[in-house]
Amino acid sequence: MTRIDLRRRGLLSASGVTVLSASAVALLAGCEKMAAAQGSGASAANDVGILNTALALEYEAISAYQLGAQSGLLQKPVLDVAVLFQTHHKEHRDALIATIRKLGGTPVAAKSDAEVAQALNASMLKTQADVLRLAQRLEKGAANAYIGVIPSFGDRGLAQVSARLAADEAMHWTVLTQALKDPLPAKALSFGA
Amino acid sequence: MLALAAAVDTAAAADAARGQELYESRCGGCHSLDANRVGPAHRGVYGRKAGSAPNFSYSTAVRNATVVWQERTLDAWLTNPQALIPGQRMNFRVALPEDRADIIAYLRQQSGQ
Repeated sequence: MTRIDLRRRGLLSASGVTVLSASAVALLAGCEKMAAAQGSGASAANDVGILNTALALEYEAISAYQLGAQSGLLQKPVLDVAVLFQTHHKEHRDALIATIRKLGGTPVAAKSDAEVAQALNASMLKTQADVLRLAQRLEKGAANAYIGVIPSFGDRGLAQVSARLAADEAMHWTVLTQALKDPLPAKALSFGA
Repeated sequence: MLALAAAVDTAAAADAARGQELYESRCGGCHSLDANRVGPAHRGVYGRKAGSAPNFSYSTAVRNATVVWQERTLDAWLTNPQALIPGQRMNFRVALPEDRADIIAYLRQQSGQ
């Protein structure tokens, strides 16, 4: 059974000290000033709510890729791509957790892989294509979710972060679509629609 | 009165099949019909009181809301969730009225109504 190395990147803990990955730090670079300026208030509280929903979505993606990797259905080089994408989602998770904390919020907890497996009906995955199809569907949903919450952010810096996260998910969707040999969208503006 | 007539027209013209496509691509990142995920399960949502899907951990705001999900309230929710129920956690917006109408038609169909 293949295990995804949880220590590769992302949230590295040593001696109780949490260390953010380089990309999480970069994502947050514009948010530190924002967090200090915003302090408290209804707008900041609402932004924390959006970020926590995004965090729950990232947790689900991490579990979904874990389930896919552990299924034994993914062959190299697809497995390596899945591991890479899971790493991206872990970096998203880390950035979101750090931002929520900077805004004075409390990050939501992750569900177990078993709970996610049940919710996603993972027992029905029988082939590599089934796993890729699930990942493709979740990535498109995630991209659209990040696009759909942009108008609700009180802070424009966070709205930009949401757009960057959506771009990562859209990139994942594109690669998965190519792996499945599905046609690319015939028309422009296919995300958020 | 004109706005109400327009809303009725939009609802009457709604396309549940297109609504399914929109639901899967826009709502499917967080929702499923039959499982609680990031958001609550949606089968049966039409006609249900907000915050009443079994075994889903709602925000206090949604749990305490008196809203019942039907045409008008779902349209307001998808337009701007925070305006309908301040303190909610969804915040996802669907900008176009025809998209909202089609999604609502699909949810209504999947709720057996």
